[in-house]
Amino acid sequence: MNVSMTINGEAVSREVEARTLLVHFIREDLDLTGTKIGCDTSQCGACTIHVNGKIAKACTLLAAQADGADITTIEGLAENGEHHPMQTAFWENHGLQCGYCTPGMIMASAAFVRDNPGASEDEIRHYLEGNICRCTGYHNIVKAVKQVADAAAGGA
Amino acid sequence: MSTRIFGSGIKRREDPRLITGEARYTDDIKLQGALHMAVVRSPYAHARIVSIDASAAADLPGVRAIFTGSDIGDLAGLPTAWLIPESDLKTPEHPALASDVVRYVGDGVAIVLADSRYQAQDAADAVLVDYEELPVVVDPHEAAQAGAPQLHADVEGNIAFRWAPFDKDASDAVFAAADVVVSERILQQRLLPTAMEPRAASAQYNAATGELTLWCTSQNPHIHRFIVSAVTGLPENKVRVIAPEVGGGFGSKIPCYPDEALVSWAAMKLGVPIRWAETRSENYLTTIHGRDHVQFVDMAASNDGKILGVRATVYAGMGAYLSTAAPGIPTILHGLLYVGPYTIDNVYCESIGVMTNATPTDAYRGAGRPEATFLLERMMDKVADALDMDPVALRRQNLIPPFADGYDVAAGLTYDSGDYEAAFDKALAMAGYDDFRAQQTQALQEGRYLGIGVTAYTEMCGLGPSQVAGAVGFQGGLWESATVRVTPTGKVQALIGASPHGQGSETTLAQIISSELGFPVDDIEVIHGDTTETPMGWGTYGSRTTPVTGAALAQASRKLKEKARVLAAHLMEANPDDIEYADGSFSVKGSPDQAQSIQDVALMAHLAWNMPEGMDPGFEESQFYDPPNFVYPFGTHIAIVEVDPVTGSIDLQRYIAVDDCGPQINPEIVAGQIHGGVVQGVAQALCEGVIYDDNGQLLTGTMLDYCMPKADMFPNFELGETVTPSPHHPVGVKGVGETGTIASTPTVYNAVLDALSPLGVAQIDMPLTAAKVWQAIQNANGGN
Repeated sequence: MNVSMTINGEAVSREVEARTLLVHFIREDLDLTGTKIGCDTSQCGACTIHVNGKIAKACTLLAAQADGADITTIEGLAENGEHHPMQTAFWENHGLQCGYCTPGMIMASAAFVRDNPGASEDEIRHYLEGNICRCTGYHNIVKAVKQVADAAAGGA
Repeated sequence: MSTRIFGSGIKRREDPRLITGEARYTDDIKLQGALHMAVVRSPYAHARIVSIDASAAADLPGVRAIFTGSDIGDLAGLPTAWLIPESDLKTPEHPALASDVVRYVGDGVAIVLADSRYQAQDAADAVLVDYEELPVVVDPHEAAQAGAPQLHADVEGNIAFRWAPFDKDASDAVFAAADVVVSERILQQRLLPTAMEPRAASAQYNAATGELTLWCTSQNPHIHRFIVSAVTGLPENKVRVIAPEVGGGFGSKIPCYPDEALVSWAAMKLGVPIRWAETRSENYLTTIHGRDHVQFVDMAASNDGKILGVRATVYAGMGAYLSTAAPGIPTILHGLLYVGPYTIDNVYCESIGVMTNATPTDAYRGAGRPEATFLLERMMDKVADALDMDPVALRRQNLIPPFADGYDVAAGLTYDSGDYEAAFDKALAMAGYDDFRAQQTQALQEGRYLGIGVTAYTEMCGLGPSQVAGAVGFQGGLWESATVRVTPTGKVQALIGASPHGQGSETTLAQIISSELGFPVDDIEVIHGDTTETPMGWGTYGSRTTPVTGAALAQASRKLKEKARVLAAHLMEANPDDIEYADGSFSVKGSPDQAQSIQDVALMAHLAWNMPEGMDPGFEESQFYDPPNFVYPFGTHIAIVEVDPVTGSIDLQRYIAVDDCGPQINPEIVAGQIHGGVVQGVAQALCEGVIYDDNGQLLTGTMLDYCMPKADMFPNFELGETVTPSPHHPVGVKGVGETGTIASTPTVYNAVLDALSPLGVAQIDMPLTAAKVWQAIQNANGGN
């Protein structure tokens, strides 16, 4: 079947098997490999992307379900060659080690802070339940997200 | 040495490619025309293969080939590479595909090669295998008993080894004469390492040149090259192993697995590239597990609180086959650590490696040392309880006094340096220990159950002197090598044999080079993970890359600096003895305006227009570094918890970690290692644990069922440090990759048991889930 969508601002159209998972479509058919697969059961969040502005786990959607959607992946988060503030905050706060969970972690956090400027540390920790990191112990991830959340509240 | 870059928490040089999604991990690399491999895996934990019918599978769309165990006779079995001596070690055969008997759920029986990943998996599901079930045993203590189901004909009684290097009579005498002996059966439950990137491997074979390239998720590509060469029969110089970006390992990407051998073999057989990536379920079934000890532990003490001895009998579950380094983990890396930071004069360990119908175990973050630290710290609290002493006072009384250059302990090791009481005091001050005890008493009157756990630890890492490796049967060296290569324009490539995969070594190692030679950190690229591009190295594990590779780079840099000094003197027509160095610049004493930068010197060395007599051109030095001893980081960790007696749930309120890894090259990266290690260790205490049913089915086979630690289980950590340099290391550093995991499990466990002690609860098997805590409270109350 044919699926068409906008990914990172670019219109794409491909023939796929109906059962193709969105994450495989993005990684294999479009070669956007920043989106990762870490669990297959939608716990780990490594495949988190934005679908029509909302976060979604791409391992839990079929490519067909995203037909017509506007999708942003980690590759499309930076604007005009500038890192998104969440990317900068992860770098500045040592919020990543092996980097495998990082694209999903950043995509989830960016959407969360956009919708919840000024979020508290408790709210951030609770929200991040859907994204698993094995390296950082979350400490610096929380610090990074809090930094952006504070800045977002200050600018509001 | 410049102090500005060494010790600075600069941002990591790795991160730009990782935060943008540009980094390429193994399964991100597409190979033109590749087939996808899927593995047909046993659904039974122990069974005889009666027949395999792949005819229906072979007819499915896209299927190019199917192979079973009988087809791969030219692929040798996977070797065990840590052959511990004087233990009657048996190494049962581990074929890449089982052709006779399967011994754990997940054991491979066939592979399918197809055009797409989905087609390969469809066909794997369609391969019909007829099994005849055999009896199953998964508990290592049960598997060692008479009458237990037997796994391997050549491993009598399932006992793969029995390691007991200490004097049993001396130990018995200490325990017979002691005032107090406390005993406990400790379960070190199985854990799933769970690197966030599952394993993957891709291979490409060039029949014309006879060269195989294997991309795989490896912590040690040179070891993978050695083993892949051995199992395929290809000469080692025709095998190139590339570990591209690797998404965590924690020990689980040290071993060479059947899958890596199979993609290599299939690529050679079929003449097309092969890709394979495991699912998380496959990862939980077939990637090594950690821990799995049943320990029977005793500690002896005098009435006045002197610890006299510790002894343990350990049944260590090896799983169905002996993984690459498995025999060394519950022995060399475990029993030699029974002294810890204490003046314990007598230790005894009998470690029994037992084959079980479960996934093979091997090194998992800490690897043997967490299991040793846990038993010591648990028994310290039990002794304190038996003597009615404060556990902090008991520990303090037994700490080894400060030493700066060598301390021999009863287990046979020589610790390098330590000041345990300084870290102990610092942590207790941060925690406010005395005040806490008052708050605890007050809270109890209000019906609230607070607890504190205090762990003093030291551990052995920076593995290690190669002579020792040989003496303990490790089938390799443990040195590292590195090349510092400076281009004509003064940019640096540092080529290392180790293979970091998240530790930030591209940054910390660049900081070492920068502090030695004065090149800006941003001009230094650390290159790793490719056996053709990099010099030989034994890999990244055992908290060894900063201590061992870091030393090699420091020494290579010093060779270059000496060459630069002599060349600079020649260019400035001065005596080399009159040359002063500061911040990347060489000048003549007394004439500071006459100077040559390190970049100037590098260019002149490349041009070689005007070299001193006898000096070779170029600006590049290599160093092989074999450490003279291990390094021994140490510290004290403290946890404060509150347990809800109604629900059994545990609230980790504070976590204090004071660690001493010598001078910190990058404090931010050190802190990150500790944060992550602590969470992994706390998770063992509180939530993680593999569960098999009696049939050997893995019930915790997905992240739905296996409890990974999440952000909301933890407070912000409170970190402190002391700085005690290693006397034998060129820049004094010790490893810090595993300390968090080693210290934190007993810290939190003891805190919970401290909170529960007024309720009469004295022991609960880990993990301390709310249900188990609640049940333990009910059981204790039942006696009231």
